[in-house]
Amino acid sequence: MTSSGVPGPAGTALVEVVGVEKRFGTTRALRGVGLSLAAGQCLGLVGRNGAGKSTLVSILSGLSEPDAGQVRFGGQPAPRVGDIGSWREWIATVFQHSMIVPALSVAENVFLGAGPALVNWRTMRSRTSGIMREWGFDIAPETPCRDLSVEQLQIVEIVRALARGARCVLLDEPTAALERQAVVRLFDRVRQLTAAGVAVLYISHHLEEVFEICQDVAVLRDGEMVLTAPTASLSRDDLVAAMVGGAHGQAAAGGAGGQPDQPAAERQADEAAGRDELLSVDRLTSDSARGRLSGVSLQVHPGEVVGVTGLLSAGVASLGRAIAGAEDYSGGEVRLRGRRVVPGRREAAQRAGIGYIPEDRRSEGFVAQLGVAENATMTITRQLSDRFGLLRPARRAAAAAPLTSRLSLVSAGPGQPVEELSGGNQQKVTVARTLAHRPSLIVAITPTRGVDVASKELLLSSLADVAASTGAGVLLCTDELSDLTVCDRVIVLVRGEIFTEFNQPPFDRDELIVATEGLTGSTSSAAYGTAGEAGE
Amino acid sequence: MIPNQAPKGPVRTADRPGGEGPVPTAAGGAVGSWLRATNVSVLREVALLPVLVVLIIVGAVVSPAFLTVSNFAGIGQQSSALGVVVVGEALILMIGGMDLSLEGTYGLAPMVAAWLIVPIAGYGDGLDLSPYLGIVILLAVGAAVGLVNGLLIVKARLNGFIVTLGMTIVLAGLQNGIVKAQTLFNLPGPFGYLGSASFGQVPVSLIVAVVIFILTGLFLRYHRTGRAIYAIGGNTAAARAAGVKVERVKLGVYVAGSVLAAVGGLMEAGRVSAVTGQQGYQEGIIFNVFAAAVIGGVSLKGGRGNMIGAASGVILLGIVQDILDLANVSNYWIEAIDGAVILFALVLARVVGGESTAEEK
Repeated sequence: MTSSGVPGPAGTALVEVVGVEKRFGTTRALRGVGLSLAAGQCLGLVGRNGAGKSTLVSILSGLSEPDAGQVRFGGQPAPRVGDIGSWREWIATVFQHSMIVPALSVAENVFLGAGPALVNWRTMRSRTSGIMREWGFDIAPETPCRDLSVEQLQIVEIVRALARGARCVLLDEPTAALERQAVVRLFDRVRQLTAAGVAVLYISHHLEEVFEICQDVAVLRDGEMVLTAPTASLSRDDLVAAMVGGAHGQAAAGGAGGQPDQPAAERQADEAAGRDELLSVDRLTSDSARGRLSGVSLQVHPGEVVGVTGLLSAGVASLGRAIAGAEDYSGGEVRLRGRRVVPGRREAAQRAGIGYIPEDRRSEGFVAQLGVAENATMTITRQLSDRFGLLRPARRAAAAAPLTSRLSLVSAGPGQPVEELSGGNQQKVTVARTLAHRPSLIVAITPTRGVDVASKELLLSSLADVAASTGAGVLLCTDELSDLTVCDRVIVLVRGEIFTEFNQPPFDRDELIVATEGLTGSTSSAAYGTAGEAGE
Repeated sequence: MIPNQAPKGPVRTADRPGGEGPVPTAAGGAVGSWLRATNVSVLREVALLPVLVVLIIVGAVVSPAFLTVSNFAGIGQQSSALGVVVVGEALILMIGGMDLSLEGTYGLAPMVAAWLIVPIAGYGDGLDLSPYLGIVILLAVGAAVGLVNGLLIVKARLNGFIVTLGMTIVLAGLQNGIVKAQTLFNLPGPFGYLGSASFGQVPVSLIVAVVIFILTGLFLRYHRTGRAIYAIGGNTAAARAAGVKVERVKLGVYVAGSVLAAVGGLMEAGRVSAVTGQQGYQEGIIFNVFAAAVIGGVSLKGGRGNMIGAASGVILLGIVQDILDLANVSNYWIEAIDGAVILFALVLARVVGGESTAEEK
């Protein structure tokens, strides 16, 4: 495991990272990472989730300090961390999430935090439009940024980088929120930048993009730089192999719960119409900020565990949230046992029988200052209370006990506030809350994020158990491929559309990765469409 | 147990002069078991007790009239109207909202009711309605104001601060407008009963206020909707994800808060045997309402607070006011001292209450 630098033209490195280490607690996020970027070079940086990309981005942007090692600009040590002004003269980052202030104009955003104390509006505007003209962009400097599209906001961020004279631009997942045509235009801009001698560090999950515009590619895996090579010398398989590493070739393991032939017990005699389908989603479209959906249809049968996966922006989370009633959608419909579920109303979806394990437990999963038992039973207060609506704490604790013991939830007692628990136990509270109301469908979104390995196994197997023993369906929306081992089927989303579906566990990890990147695999999976058609 | 018991004793001494005065009983006796049940920091709960003790000692030194049954009955009667409004505001604060217009409702609701029941000679409108019907109208005015606020804030999603600020001014304007800034005297007996009658030495308004505090406290602790209030204030998104009908509960709380403000207004009208144009907005009672709630540990960010704390905040303000009166502090200075004591109490509650009472950095 060497930390090789780019064997680029010697002495001309504009940005150099040498032996950088970064720890977070016991996790070594970066281990002796080296990287070198020359003027006019476009270097792709790829790696799976958790490989250390974001840590490296934050170090390169001057936002956090490495524990060891050095960042060098033009051969000199980089400015002090926090001295953002001097840092920006060398490298400017266009983050995945827009750093534009919507209420301010384009020109103000371009010069935000820079320039003299007294604002000279005329100079600011003329310099902004000068840079726009020079690079062939046409956004009026006085336009308020809230009126701009995502693509235009990105241009403003690029212009901001250029206005500071940055010689290197770091693009972090720049295509995540862009439509296909906009991606093509972005590539033109990147080529324009490199042609003018600007170095570009291009971070992306989409391998095909890296092949298209990067001369070189660097691969991070588990905090180490495992490969740095010209893209022309690599095949797609080589790149995937470098990303996946030791796990390469290993199957993602067999379906843990097996394939239940027949759900053990159906709770209600179903209506004739919905006899076989528990959940039926028909041409769902959404403009959600978490990822657009354009016409997603799928079915889940009783007792079935269906995985939905894809890249960050592919719409995996928005699909789960739309089905669970946690957010509204613009078209299509969701039916549970043949009955239409009211869109965008969580409590209606819950009454219909849809359980929801949200993506971000801190923001939606629990009420921090309330106790474990109270949180775990929050979905069933109506059942637990008497006819006057009174709710005895003892009754609540009794109702929570079987759930918490089933999930091996560790707490000081039913009254302990959830904020005092560890991340894994907090997630168990959220899962308990969902299981409590005996849903006929559970929508779980990245349920194992930030959870330790032991709890991860337990959470996943508890979901599979519920499916097998009660005949509930589970829709597991996740970008964590190892979670998909419990699934009977896996649906892969690319840019808000179903790209392909894997019906036969065990699922091949590499094939899944390839599919999430929007590349057609050579294998058994039936392709529903191609990435080329997506998003138009 | 030591830190818990030490302040408990002095509360009992405060209890003695009032005889069977129910407020100190609620604040003192139930504290221990309540604490164990609610898992809140002991220190935080009793944060105000030492201050109350000091105030009582100060009061006893300032005037021999302080430690008398009649004085405490007076404090009780004066504080109960404020206390009932504090209950309403505390509920609204706990869902993470705020309502400045409770002071407007506190003035307008009794004014409308009195206007409809007092004869023309007393500046009424001449309908001469039954005083009992007047009380129903008073409650209806409260509910209507709360409903409008709630709809604007919860459904139309307007900013609660500015909606209720605007509403306050509208209500105060109506209060003076309908009677052309006259004061309505000669309120019929049943209408003034709540604020003026007493059982022996114990004012009826105090009994009613204590009952409202206790019932609201029990409701918050043991009722499904009460728990939903904590959940919504603590984390609205999580409550919604758990199927809580967030909008409905919030709307209900705005209505309940305004109805309680109307009841407080009725007590005040009965106490002074009149409805004046000043009642509420022009007296600026909303500052005292917020101060009592916050001193009592109700979080302006929502999700935290309880009726014991709110009650001790009200008692503290009542005692301070009483001491200032007894000490014959010049009218020119009374407001400055009143405000300074409130600020001091806030600092103290913050120091003793710990991080949970702190604002975000």
